Amino acid sequence: MTELSIAFTLNGERRERRVAAHQTLLEVLRDDLGAVEVKEGCGEGVCGTCTVLLDGEPVSACLLLAARAAGREVTTVRGLAPAGEMHPLQEAFVAHGAAQCGFCTPGMILTAHAFLHQHPHPGREEIRRAISGNLCRCTGYTKIIDAIEAAAAARRD
Amino acid sequence: MPAVDFDYYAPATLPEALTLLADLGEDVKVLAGGQSLVPMLTMRLARPRAVVDIHGLDELRGVHRRDGGLEIGALVRHRSIERGDGPLAACPLLPEAASLIGNVRVRAMGTIGGSLAHADPAAEWPAVVRALDGVLVVRGRDGERTIPAADFFTGILSTALRPEELLVAVRLSLPAGRAGYAIEEFSRRAGDFAIIAAVAAVELDAAGRVARARVAIAGGGPGPVRLAAAEQALAGAPPSEETFREALARAPLEIEPDGDVHASAEYRRHLTRVLARRALVRAASRAGGAAGTPR
Repeated sequence: MTELSIAFTLNGERRERRVAAHQTLLEVLRDDLGAVEVKEGCGEGVCGTCTVLLDGEPVSACLLLAARAAGREVTTVRGLAPAGEMHPLQEAFVAHGAAQCGFCTPGMILTAHAFLHQHPHPGREEIRRAISGNLCRCTGYTKIIDAIEAAAAARRD
Repeated sequence: MPAVDFDYYAPATLPEALTLLADLGEDVKVLAGGQSLVPMLTMRLARPRAVVDIHGLDELRGVHRRDGGLEIGALVRHRSIERGDGPLAACPLLPEAASLIGNVRVRAMGTIGGSLAHADPAAEWPAVVRALDGVLVVRGRDGERTIPAADFFTGILSTALRPEELLVAVRLSLPAGRAGYAIEEFSRRAGDFAIIAAVAAVELDAAGRVARARVAIAGGGPGPVRLAAAEQALAGAPPSEETFREALARAPLEIEPDGDVHASAEYRRHLTRVLARRALVRAASRAGGAAGTPR
């Protein structure tokens, strides 16, 4: 077994860890660092519940060996706003009732966050396409799209 | 499920990686973007003794114009190709194909070389490279060799790569003059592997007739397949939807699809004709021929 020492930034804070080479970032985040806001769904990169931002880009934490996070910046939904506050996207999700069971919500919000960063004025169809890799098994997509649309509109005002 | 332990190597340079591969021998997996290999590890479909992680090999991230074509480094990510920046603008097919791959997270990490070396029969890049008669550039400790796409894909998840070799780049020649490309695919859900994908490249002559048409199919067999008979039937023909429909109806299809839970073999043959026609129509129209509206 290969063990490695890695250091990366988690929501702005430097973390140093010993990890096994075969551990995924998802395991390290949830089981070792207590970042349970990152959800484990399918474990094979399809459902999007384990989405984190790696240097700002959404990736599946379940498909990233932890070793690959070395030197990178990892952001979970908790890192979008200071503790106790909500990011405008999170506020929009609340205002539009865009969470049902809530399991997909952290991944949805991170995907939407990265998408709005690159496409500040998206159409509804573009939003649908942007979140097509994040599954909501409550099938509450309409309100999720409403919330992302509203958050984009609010940024424009 | 956690992956089974393996020895992990992260070489910093290409020569170092090639020495490692030569020394380690069999039962080693090369890790590029990890979007196919990591799930295979965690599902324990792959249990290699060692993993050689090549993400540090920056020399494999370049995209260059070369002899009128393109050379794309093995570690260029789908997402970069989707953006179509710089030299990639020379071939609009590439961004179009990249945008169909998996989901946005797969595209952020996954690489063109990883996809080609993995050789999933339903993947987009093998069909694109096969349609464009691409050449795979492969390096071993003792030197470099080039393998035409026609010889590179040898079966399901199988290629002509030897265990000690690394795919370093793919070369695509781009026809000068009136040429157009398109890809069409059908999958059951967004982000799924294609049940069938069709890639078409059409070149028109001065009179506006088809000088050369190339069509490659993904999902129609153990590897990407060219529809050679239909291609031959189209040479010299007017680039109309009717011509394409007829050629695809009459020519024997070289595909050998299996029926499975996703689609019967017959349905895959049907999809092949429909998607190949649509891809040809769009490719011809982009090449400047009036091919009518795709349906």
